[in-house]
Amino acid sequence: MTVDSNPIIRLTAAEMASKLQSGEITSVELTRAHLDRIAEVEPTLHAFLHVNADEALEVAAEVDRARAAGGQEAEKLHLLAGVPIAVKDLIVTKGQPTTAASKMLEGWMSPYDATVIEKIREAKLPILGKTNLDEFAMGSSTEHSAYGITRNPWDTSRIPGGSGGGSAAAVAAFEAPLALGTDTGGSIREPAAFTGTVGTKPTYGGVSRYGAIAMASSLDQIGPCARTVQDAALLHELIGGHDPKDSTSLPDEVGEFAKAASTHDVAGKRIGVIRQLSHGEGYEQGVLDAFSSSLGSLREAGAEIVEVDCPSFDYALGAYYLIMPSEASSNLARYDGVRYGTRVLPEEGPLTIERVMAATRAAGFGEEVKRRIVLGTYALSAGYYDAYYGSAQKIRTLIQRDFDRAFEQADVLICPTAPTVPFKLGEKMDDPLSMYLNDIATIPANLAGIPGISVPAGLSGGLPVGIQFLAPAREDIRAYHAAGALEHLLGEKGEAIWQQIPELEEVK
Amino acid sequence: MSEEISRADVEHLAKLAHIAMTEEEIDRTVGELAEIVDAVKTVQEAAGEDVQATSHPLPLTNVFREDLIGHTFTPEQSLANAPDAEDGRFKVPAILDEE
Repeated sequence: MTVDSNPIIRLTAAEMASKLQSGEITSVELTRAHLDRIAEVEPTLHAFLHVNADEALEVAAEVDRARAAGGQEAEKLHLLAGVPIAVKDLIVTKGQPTTAASKMLEGWMSPYDATVIEKIREAKLPILGKTNLDEFAMGSSTEHSAYGITRNPWDTSRIPGGSGGGSAAAVAAFEAPLALGTDTGGSIREPAAFTGTVGTKPTYGGVSRYGAIAMASSLDQIGPCARTVQDAALLHELIGGHDPKDSTSLPDEVGEFAKAASTHDVAGKRIGVIRQLSHGEGYEQGVLDAFSSSLGSLREAGAEIVEVDCPSFDYALGAYYLIMPSEASSNLARYDGVRYGTRVLPEEGPLTIERVMAATRAAGFGEEVKRRIVLGTYALSAGYYDAYYGSAQKIRTLIQRDFDRAFEQADVLICPTAPTVPFKLGEKMDDPLSMYLNDIATIPANLAGIPGISVPAGLSGGLPVGIQFLAPAREDIRAYHAAGALEHLLGEKGEAIWQQIPELEEVK
Repeated sequence: MSEEISRADVEHLAKLAHIAMTEEEIDRTVGELAEIVDAVKTVQEAAGEDVQATSHPLPLTNVFREDLIGHTFTPEQSLANAPDAEDGRFKVPAILDEE
């Protein structure tokens, strides 16, 4: 499939912004180029659940008018004004459907905008549409969407990662230069690794979660998806900051992430290799090779590589798969067929509220969501609460302590984002445990609330490999600095990974 | 496979979670749940009595706002996504039955 109907879609968001400011291109041209690309590749990829061309073009025209008017109106424009963006369909948007990729919310129109969407609208980034995900963000492959799978643009027979596979695939395939995702156990970083893009999970509370449909509230975090570290940093700066509507929002000022991303000097920086997450069962050789060559590049540039031990990480996956379903089972109790969403009446028997609720939830939720609700209900039930949920919360304490000790020895930590390259569609669908194992390297950051960035760092068998940098809570700036440095070092050795994506193959 | 999870357990959990499950779904879930629970059991070994539980990555405090009249949704907005409504109210099936 040929694309590049218009080469401007292959620029970075920062380059697009600069060309908009100089008047070299208009936002309407830019937005239209992306809409054309969407029309061309969506039949193959299915990264979007909803495209809102009219609204996007309207916003683009507004930006162009303001820029043409010059003076104060043009000066007031945000740096990224006019650069289009896609939004994971777990983030509520007024005037566009929000489904969480679930039949439960089919046709639901949010009466309000998430705080991040308010910020995007205020900065006038045309919203192209809503991207596909695993239902209610439960999954690591985007195969659990009620509206069909998304394919990986690097190889259409493979998954794009999950749950934010739609956002990552859209960014990788030049359908959008920027996107928003949410990350509960790696749902921004893992699809970034699998699509050769950059994904950030900010410090918990660094970006408002108001308007992100809740899965596991102590773990969920909205964050940016982009093709470069600089672009992710620019978007993070736009969406970050304190929000009085979110009681878990940090009162901090937004850091200078973009500046950190463009400071490439790592000489003297201590980078900690997490022993538990850098080799072992399930780690593919190609991933380990890319990891080792990234370490080599960082060492050559003067970074000091140290090994750090985080023994509690062996229990992180178990703790996560108790805490996450427990919180999800509680959060998803709101889908009861009463106030919004689907309502299904039982086929026979009396119409009681309980029976209607049970029939509604049976029809509205997919298999993985039901599995997690039942698991969460089990972990929280009398007699098991202390053994499972209580123990899992203690692991959280141990993981935080491990991170504290590790950050005494290193400025940032590093490991592969995922143990494998993207797997084949359907390969793990009947094996939930094997699918869960995929999140092994991303989960500890969510349990501890610290920031993590996945940056493309090589190819294995023609498929992208992501490397993850982790930093202490509220030190996202360190992660951007290290990720930006690695991207720069690898870029000096050849074309950036995201530019090496092959022509999209149509599904045979 | 764990011996702790029986068919009756899954039926009970489905009832607690308000999800109507078919016989086939229950059978499948018994196996899957046992397997998952076995895999996550290790969490019980890791931490001793002395370790405090952390329920949240941030220390949380209640956030209060001034008790001021502000923007609220109109009845029409509130009911716009409801599966059924009548006379400005959510309409639901009867809640009393022979059970």
